[in-house]
Amino acid sequence: MDFQVVVLAGGTSKKLVPLVSKEVPKALLPVANRPVLSYVLEQLELSNIKDLIVVVEGADAALCVGGWISAAYVDRLHVEVATVPEDVGTAGALRAIAHHLTAKDVLVVSGDLVSDVPPGAVTAAHRRHDAVVTAMICSVPVSGLSEAGSSGAKDKTKKPGRYNIIGMDPTKQFLLHIATGAELEKDTRIRKSILRAVGQMDIRADLMDAHMYAFNRSVLQEVLDQKDKFQSLKQDVLPYLVRSQLKSEILINGAPQGQQAKENGNDKVSYRILANASTPSFHELYALGPNGSAPVRRTHKCCVYIASNSKYCVRLNSIQAFMDINRDVIGEANHLSGYNFSAQNNIIHPSAELGSKTTVGPHCMLGEGSQMGDKCSVKRSVIGRHCRIGSNVKVVNSVVMNHVTIGDGCSIQGSVICSNAQLQERVALKDCQVLSLSTSVFLSLSSNEYL
Amino acid sequence: MGAQKKRAAAAAAAARVSEDPDDLARQPLQAILLADSFTTKFRPITLERPKVLLPLVNVPMINYTLAWLEAAGVAEVFVFCCAHSKQVIDYLENSEWFSQPNFTVKTIESHNIISAGDALRLIYEQNVIHGDFVLISGDTVSNMSLTQALQEHKERKKKDNNAVMTMIIKKSKPSPITRQSRLGTDELFMAIDPNTKQLLYYEDKADHSKGTICLDKMLLAENPSISLHNDKQDCYIDICSPEVLSLFTDNFDYQHLRRHFVKGLLLDDIMGYKIFTHEIHSSYAARIDNYRSYDIVSKDIIQRWTYPYVPDVKFCGNRATKLERRGMYRALEIEQSRSAQVGSFTVIGYGTKIGSNSKISDSVIGEGCTIGSNVLIEGSYIWDNVIIEDGCELRHVIVCDGVIMKAGAVLKPGVVLSFKVVIGERFVVPAYSKVSLLQQPTVHDSDEELEYADNSSGTVEFSCTADQSNGEMTSESSEAHKPKLGTGGVGYIWSICEGGQEEEWRHSVAPIPEDKLTELSEAMDDDQELVTQDRTALSTSGELISDSNASEGDDNEDSKDDSVYFEKEVEATFLRAVEENVKVDHVILEVNSLRLSYNMTSADCAGAVFYSMMKLAIKTPHSSAIGLLTLYPSPFSMVASNAYPIYLSGELQQNTANIITTWQKLLKSYLLEIDEEIEIILKFEEMCLESAKEFSPLFARILHILYDKDILQEDAILRWADEKEGADESDKVFVRQSEKFIQWLREASEEED
Repeated sequence: MDFQVVVLAGGTSKKLVPLVSKEVPKALLPVANRPVLSYVLEQLELSNIKDLIVVVEGADAALCVGGWISAAYVDRLHVEVATVPEDVGTAGALRAIAHHLTAKDVLVVSGDLVSDVPPGAVTAAHRRHDAVVTAMICSVPVSGLSEAGSSGAKDKTKKPGRYNIIGMDPTKQFLLHIATGAELEKDTRIRKSILRAVGQMDIRADLMDAHMYAFNRSVLQEVLDQKDKFQSLKQDVLPYLVRSQLKSEILINGAPQGQQAKENGNDKVSYRILANASTPSFHELYALGPNGSAPVRRTHKCCVYIASNSKYCVRLNSIQAFMDINRDVIGEANHLSGYNFSAQNNIIHPSAELGSKTTVGPHCMLGEGSQMGDKCSVKRSVIGRHCRIGSNVKVVNSVVMNHVTIGDGCSIQGSVICSNAQLQERVALKDCQVLSLSTSVFLSLSSNEYL
Repeated sequence: MGAQKKRAAAAAAAARVSEDPDDLARQPLQAILLADSFTTKFRPITLERPKVLLPLVNVPMINYTLAWLEAAGVAEVFVFCCAHSKQVIDYLENSEWFSQPNFTVKTIESHNIISAGDALRLIYEQNVIHGDFVLISGDTVSNMSLTQALQEHKERKKKDNNAVMTMIIKKSKPSPITRQSRLGTDELFMAIDPNTKQLLYYEDKADHSKGTICLDKMLLAENPSISLHNDKQDCYIDICSPEVLSLFTDNFDYQHLRRHFVKGLLLDDIMGYKIFTHEIHSSYAARIDNYRSYDIVSKDIIQRWTYPYVPDVKFCGNRATKLERRGMYRALEIEQSRSAQVGSFTVIGYGTKIGSNSKISDSVIGEGCTIGSNVLIEGSYIWDNVIIEDGCELRHVIVCDGVIMKAGAVLKPGVVLSFKVVIGERFVVPAYSKVSLLQQPTVHDSDEELEYADNSSGTVEFSCTADQSNGEMTSESSEAHKPKLGTGGVGYIWSICEGGQEEEWRHSVAPIPEDKLTELSEAMDDDQELVTQDRTALSTSGELISDSNASEGDDNEDSKDDSVYFEKEVEATFLRAVEENVKVDHVILEVNSLRLSYNMTSADCAGAVFYSMMKLAIKTPHSSAIGLLTLYPSPFSMVASNAYPIYLSGELQQNTANIITTWQKLLKSYLLEIDEEIEIILKFEEMCLESAKEFSPLFARILHILYDKDILQEDAILRWADEKEGADESDKVFVRQSEKFIQWLREASEEED
């Protein structure tokens, strides 16, 4: 496959601040005791994509990520780790590594995507239409816990968040309109010209852009070169390509035109065959002159691949998402975790030790070498490696990372406890995040505080 | 109309409905048929005959509508007649419609109605509609089955009392080039919820200058999924609940069914009434709105899309016609010369004679016509009793009853000949012209109400045409205008009005000429160019800022305007106060109310009040000061100040001091904080530079006065001086002028410390 894959692993995201640190960049946050980046890499591996470029923001983070990748995938994947300065944005990151890109098409995946949508399907959709860009779209995740505490319940009563407003043609193959960020707060404006060309447009507010894109490489580079203010793929490059699809500028100016024409000429036949529709798409119809003669207008195609509802597809870009993903990966989307679940529907590492009368419920995970005292109860939670948990501890809907010490009689609900934290006896935590680095907690805390 | 009243009426309507739902279900289906389209698109023909009685493939249009209503299971039809009501009623009384079993046709007549809204209001008053009804106009051809749409409507109504209307739509993509549907109607943009089929947005009469459709953000918040359609056609068949009538009564300004009623309901979120759509796929429904749709629907009928309403099926007293090969329909007793060629998709009516070597194709010929030899008729509609002499050529035209075309006359595409027009020998009627025996009514300005009113007076006009045709008027007028239609011609060629010739081709029976199409598609490219241009403008900046920028710009403009008005108003108030000796407290009240209505800050008030005070100071003393001042071209310089006649400046200063003393309370009431004081200094500076240069030499002194009167505190003056520190040299003129004063202030404050 003439595809290059770029994984944008990010750096130390500000949104996830209590969880990430210099030692644990975003890409290495544990999801069911595995770094989140491994989910992307393994999906790519499943699609038989083994050559990758992983782009990390910041030198420290790059070092950590590179170290982990070389240890974990040394013989399986051929990974190049590229470092880009912090805060260059996704478009900036691609601009920085532009010289590495040579293939005809480039697949750009966000490193925080936890999904079982095969990347191969996206690239296939891209190839089928000879598109300039193909974006993967999935349904908006339902966030919040089903049996969450008071604050969670309040969030739940709100309607699910809106991430994008997406307009597609009725066959759901072409992307006609996309609004992100601040535009969502305004009234949606749809251009009539594109609506005239396509006849019907389905507008969805319940889908979101999953940040997995297949780009035509030469187009992408041209856009990045010409629009040097573009910062983000999601908010600048993609909307720009979608906006200009009926009046394409990209193939006209700049050198690649001749080359493009040649490429098109060579591949045209095969694409025609691949494009299963014998009827031309509206782009082609629109490009034709009034009497169906030679094309008079330049168009390019922006496609979508919509992940089916049964697929799991969430980005780890907030603390809430971190909790949700951890819960889902050992819960309803447990095929993603790659672990074998026991008859009780949970995973307890053989080396973990449980005290008497301690129960570990379904949808739980107990990492290697962790110890639990007597009469503990664990529900819908992930507990990392080498944790020491005293007696009479309740852990519900929480994520406990590695090397955490929890004293007797603690109660932990809906919280994240980072590595190396220590909780003294009888601490009650509810909806908290506890920072790592040997913090000791004596107090009882509730709702959204972090230490 | 207050919302309360609306609510009360709706409640009443709801109560009436809920009284006996079972009874409702058994209620026979009713229909309202509007036998008047309240438009003038079929003029001049409709000046003499109502649109619903115009023959469509040799059958008056209303018959198609009534036949369909009967077949669709409607039990009772109220035919609302307005223009030419007598003709409609006479026709119906003599037709078989009044004697059908299980199908009653009742007529409602009114002459002072100018819109569909008025008609529905009148029907509401008559209290004849008891349940769901079909609202349709008498120019609709359809063969759809209402069962499913009606059932859907009823079920929705049961669940949600606000679902008052179901609109029938059909797929039909308008041409992207001409931006009109094949029926010649404007392109239509609709937003429909794909799951519930609720109509969320409706835009016909699209404003072409606006390149975007604006969907309210609330719309998307409530409906996660919306389908935007440009490929649907409104069939103008509506299934309505009785509330619709009361809604029209409540909103007495609703005139047009779509433009006012549908849009009104979609925008009104207080009552929450909902409109739904029902799409038909395999059946036919179309409304004849203009000449183009007349042409298209006729062709559809000939090509049997409207089966069973086709010429060879007897559905409403049409004469027996035989279908022959290639879509040719021929009535009985036709005299056709052997050498005449009748082509495909042609209908020839009863008793028509066709001469030798004539060629007819894609046309409809009415009853009792006489067509000479060597006549060419292509894509035309010839109504009854038309005489076409030898050698005439007709392409894509409509020829009404009783027209006589003398030998060799030629009708160019798009011509419409109204009743009994005579075209002279070898006369060529130019394309798109409309010829009538009646003179063109004087055009009022295109105000809609007038248009309606004009239309309603059609009956009156008709009666006088009847006189005309009987009397000598005809010959007289025809003689006066003889040269217009060639020798022996009778009639007037109407000058093309409203919209101009440019738009004439859009709604004509003639196909759109090739060159128009290319011209339009080029225009479309230009359009795109424009869009892309501003698109690039925004894309280089990386975001969609241009929109917001534009609106911000507007806002700024608005606020600028506002502040100018505000200043003027304050000045007027102030001057009046001075003249009439109004108490200061009252002035403060007035200015406060102005401030609220213009949404200004107290700093604006202070600035405006100060401005008016200074203006007054200039006006009171003497105009000579102004005259003198203009002698000094550069009032900014200290030299000018020194050279300024001391007595004049003294007088001005004195005046200013007086006014300030008198009105200091007014000014002080707006000086709540130091910011407002600085605003005054800035205002003063601005005045000295622009509107009241007289003050510029006195700047420092007046500043001192203001300080003495406790209007300005030293903090304000010092802050102002500090702010100006970094400014341009030109901005510093006044700071320099008051340098000594500022110096003094600084020292004083230091001493205090």
